[in-house]
Amino acid sequence: MSTATIDKAAPTRKVKYGSMSRDRTWALRWSYFFLALFAMFSLLPPLYMLITSLKSSAEISAATNPWWVFHPTLSNYIEILTSNQFLRFFWNSAMVSIFVVTITMLISVPAAFALARMRFWGSATLATGVFLTYLIPETLLFLPLFKMFAAFGEFTGIPLINRWYVLLIVYPTLTVPFCTWIMIGYFASIPKELDEAAVIDGASWFQTLTRIFIPVAFPGIIAATIFAFTVSWAQFLYPLVFTTSIDQLVLPVGIITTLIKGDVFNWGQIMTGALLGAAPPLIIYAFLMDYYIAGLTAGATKG
Amino acid sequence: MADVSLRKVVKRYDEVEAVRGIDLDISDHEFIVLVGPSGCGKSTTLRMIAGLEDITDGDITIDGDVVNDVPPKDRDIAMVFQNYALYPHMTVAENMSFGLRLKHYPKAEIKARVTEAARLLDITDLIDRKPKQLSGGQRQRVAMGRAIVRNPKVFLFDEPLSNLDAKLRVQMRIEIKKVHQKVRTTTVYVTHDQVEAMTLADRVVVMNNGRIEQIGTPNELYHRPATRFVAGFIGSPAMNFMPCRLEDAGGTLTIRLTDRIAFPLPGPRAARYTALPRSEGLLLGIRPEHITEKRPHAEPGIESFDAVLDVTEPMGMETLVYFTLDGIQVCGRVNPGAGAKDGAPMRLAIDLNNMHLLNEATGVVL
Repeated sequence: MSTATIDKAAPTRKVKYGSMSRDRTWALRWSYFFLALFAMFSLLPPLYMLITSLKSSAEISAATNPWWVFHPTLSNYIEILTSNQFLRFFWNSAMVSIFVVTITMLISVPAAFALARMRFWGSATLATGVFLTYLIPETLLFLPLFKMFAAFGEFTGIPLINRWYVLLIVYPTLTVPFCTWIMIGYFASIPKELDEAAVIDGASWFQTLTRIFIPVAFPGIIAATIFAFTVSWAQFLYPLVFTTSIDQLVLPVGIITTLIKGDVFNWGQIMTGALLGAAPPLIIYAFLMDYYIAGLTAGATKG
Repeated sequence: MADVSLRKVVKRYDEVEAVRGIDLDISDHEFIVLVGPSGCGKSTTLRMIAGLEDITDGDITIDGDVVNDVPPKDRDIAMVFQNYALYPHMTVAENMSFGLRLKHYPKAEIKARVTEAARLLDITDLIDRKPKQLSGGQRQRVAMGRAIVRNPKVFLFDEPLSNLDAKLRVQMRIEIKKVHQKVRTTTVYVTHDQVEAMTLADRVVVMNNGRIEQIGTPNELYHRPATRFVAGFIGSPAMNFMPCRLEDAGGTLTIRLTDRIAFPLPGPRAARYTALPRSEGLLLGIRPEHITEKRPHAEPGIESFDAVLDVTEPMGMETLVYFTLDGIQVCGRVNPGAGAKDGAPMRLAIDLNNMHLLNEATGVVL
């Protein structure tokens, strides 16, 4: 019975060599499956927009395969890009977004620096408070804001309602809290010794911010900028409420207002306008994406 | 170049008193090392000198001026941090010149000072690199360079070598000493490593629990510790402490360690301790190097005894032997050729000329 004793000494369970890599293979398969599903889910609508934008009105309403273009045409693009109205919307959107991004960064970077580093009485509570304001939905805010701006207009004689620049006051209520929060996080990740070294080197708070913190937290600033730009470019509710005249409209509202006449939907041009409107954020993402990943703080301290 | 003094300096965080009223005078050109276990208040003291922490009570003067409310940038000090704290987006030269550029020094002078400091620290080749392209030792040199170019009144070092590996630490320790010999700037250096403290300092300040235990030259601390804490903290392996009792046996003062082991004290020691009460509550402090193998000839004050070795640790130039006396582990250092073996009995000698006698309750060396 010598075999039996050997069996006893042997492992009771069969050892699976390479089980780690088999686990990994399965995990990868599931990842691919869900990623593909998600990619399809989010990429099909733009694809459908692209297909529709290349069709004539007649073909859109015809009962053919909606996923195929039988007679491709650029007429929608030509009409949109030669229309003064559309170019006006585009211009308004660009102006609003650029100003809002600038205003946002000018407020949130110093605010985040103060909240993250200057440690004054109540700074922690204030930091949380800043973030909480972001949680109040715009659907709840737009009526009181409207009343406030109307009253302000009546009181001072400076018209704010139905002027594109009113959006420069409204949008930062969305962008500043979030960007401040992002920047607090970035600044907090900068080692404390770095500003202490700067202080000992003779830098003032302002110099510490501009010469040390902003360069070191540059990836964070890019991230915040992209966020502020996307929010102001894609904002719909506020411009819909606060602006009405054609020449004051921004792109998302302009497309809806001018290309839907009564119950007639000019689908080809709506899709074209929406696609063209989506282009600037895409381009900005493509150029600035690398900064998200760049780890500039590497080498600041041990590591 | 300046002297620094601390007068009854206290630092309190809410309920906790981190520094409990310390007095310290640092003279011009001096290299002072603050050493102690973590949480002893040494870093807080340094940061108060730097101005990075407010002083709760007391006065700090630099060059005769009280600087309690002077911001760090106006104290004319430079600091080297444990994790280097180099500006990651600047080159080595820019890192070193940052302070001078803020003060709008002429370009030519900045360049001259940076070149000189780089030469002194042997980092001339690295001047255009970014910190992340440097090794730990190189980063530490740059951090020192940043301090040197400022030509400040006082250098402050906050555990600058703790992040380096053991070999590099020894090398950088020598570098720091060389730099200090050249620039002669008053230096306050914080470390928890007693070897670093002993090797670098003109005077060592041993801190414990927010207070200064003892100030002295490395040799004073080693040979004449004032308290049990200093005696145990300085030196490696640490000093042995054994409960003991003084007895008068046949007209000579004797120190009794166990029922079995008692040694007559040598003349000078007996004279010094004779007034002490013959009671319990005393500790014999003896460094490992004063417990050796038995000497061939009898010498005054050197007594021999038998012990069974628990463990031996051959170190090459010596062998550390560990044995137990009445439940207390004792360490001795014997010649590697003396035949020490694990578990074997050995005849050992104790040099009572170098003994210390401590009050067990107060920890004071008598």
